[in-house]
Amino acid sequence: MAKVSVKNIGKRYNKTVALKDISFDADEGEIFGIIGPDGAGKTSLFRILTTLLLPTEGSAEVCGYDIIKDYVAIRKTIGYMPGRFSLYEDLTVEENLSFFASVFNTTIKENYHLVEDIYKQIEPFKDRRAGKLSGGMKQKLALCCAMIHKPEVLFLDEPTTGVDPVSRKEFWTMLARLKNQGITIIVSTPYMDEASRCDRIALINNGVFMKIETPQNIIGQYDKILCSVSADKTGKTKIIARIKSVDGVSDCYAFGDKIHIVLNDKDCILNLKKIFESDEICNITPTIEDCFMELNR
Amino acid sequence: MEDNVIIAEGLTKCFGTFTAVDHISFSVKKGEIFGFLGANGAGKTTAMRMLCGLSIPTEGKAVVAGFDVETQSEEIKKNIGYMSQKFSLYEDLKVWENIRLFAGIYGVPEKEIAPKTDALLGRLGFEKEKNTLVKLLPLGWKQKLAFSVAIFHGPKIVFLDEPTGGVDPMVRRQFWNMIYEAAERGITVFVTTHYMDEAEYCDRISIMVDGRIEAMDTPKNLKDEFGVESMDEVFYLLARTAKRAE
Repeated sequence: MAKVSVKNIGKRYNKTVALKDISFDADEGEIFGIIGPDGAGKTSLFRILTTLLLPTEGSAEVCGYDIIKDYVAIRKTIGYMPGRFSLYEDLTVEENLSFFASVFNTTIKENYHLVEDIYKQIEPFKDRRAGKLSGGMKQKLALCCAMIHKPEVLFLDEPTTGVDPVSRKEFWTMLARLKNQGITIIVSTPYMDEASRCDRIALINNGVFMKIETPQNIIGQYDKILCSVSADKTGKTKIIARIKSVDGVSDCYAFGDKIHIVLNDKDCILNLKKIFESDEICNITPTIEDCFMELNR
Repeated sequence: MEDNVIIAEGLTKCFGTFTAVDHISFSVKKGEIFGFLGANGAGKTTAMRMLCGLSIPTEGKAVVAGFDVETQSEEIKKNIGYMSQKFSLYEDLKVWENIRLFAGIYGVPEKEIAPKTDALLGRLGFEKEKNTLVKLLPLGWKQKLAFSVAIFHGPKIVFLDEPTGGVDPMVRRQFWNMIYEAAERGITVFVTTHYMDEAEYCDRISIMVDGRIEAMDTPKNLKDEFGVESMDEVFYLLARTAKRAE
């Protein structure tokens, strides 16, 4: 049975449509990623599923409980890490964890095994006030606090935003371990490169799920031809403008130290020979970021 | 030497016994796009605050836009622009009111503000939004507007602190086009980012680890030096050597 089951959820704030017809299921032990930019509707969806906000339309169940009728039961069975750091800045690391444990009628001791892996890393600073921690450490503490009551489903709203690439990698390694304990994880991120760490992802923009699939299938369903050429920074903008004017080029954009060229079909590659030698151009597999941009076009 | 608009020599900041920034030295040329990278807690923000004249160095010196950070911080503030993802514009002011406010703060002459505002909104295609509250704009628009406001007074240098966090891939690229245009006009761009693909868009990059600059070069040279394919790998190799507890 699905741990999280969402049916046709919609949310409006006055005239503004924040979410439109969102449906998905997430299974036990699945990492389900919700990927999209700020303002796409990710936080509204999290707030609805964690019973903090009522949907305008639709229904959803978390661990078999209805998000409207059974909100008390849901709050006991889930862990939630909101996008903004929401621990008590003037309590110490240990006091925060102990507080959250007591709110859920448990103790650090009783459930220490659940958070041990992560808490160990911040334990040397257990007497430091949470407000004095750096980004990576705050995030680890927040995850511990969300985990201490042994939740069945974890909702993590942009846990890695503003976190450096090294700490981000570490964080995803921690999530993989939690998944192995059977916890279902619903996680959102604006970083497209984190998609590959999820079992399935939903690409969201303007309140709509554009696609729900495994990362591999999203890439597999890309229906254009994608090419890449190397480009130094000098004159990149001019080269891109020139490529865009070529017949059969659907789009062209900078991608790190490369330029990605989206072609309508294979033969269009011949048209690019006016600009590049053929050995400069190579066919490549798209990344999730390429797919996201294509779906948004 | 005259070409360098930022010169730091042995710049250091201690808080009690903790050395947040540890003798960093570098210079940035006019019109250069300089990427300032480092892990959380490496000392980037502290270094940036010193360069903006907001924090006095414990040791060493820095000259920004021709002025000494320690003794001429007020002059520096007039000659730089600043934008971050966290703080950029006032949400409850209209578009034109934000421009008016920041132009005034940066000392743009009264008479120039109105015509320059219209010209700017025209360039951005924002004419219709002149009277819109900033909180009603999509994030991407806000970021573009915030950047334009930060360079409205024609500063020599603009400091961008994670300007594109959370922004969608298309808008991120449009934002970088704006950075290129500013650099072509001779504005020096000093930028921090956690997106490693954006590191590739910089002319030169420095990577801070534990308060020190551990690497500084063009993206291409750094990749060659470390024998890897991407800036992500360069960053990972350097940042994981960090010893300091955050």
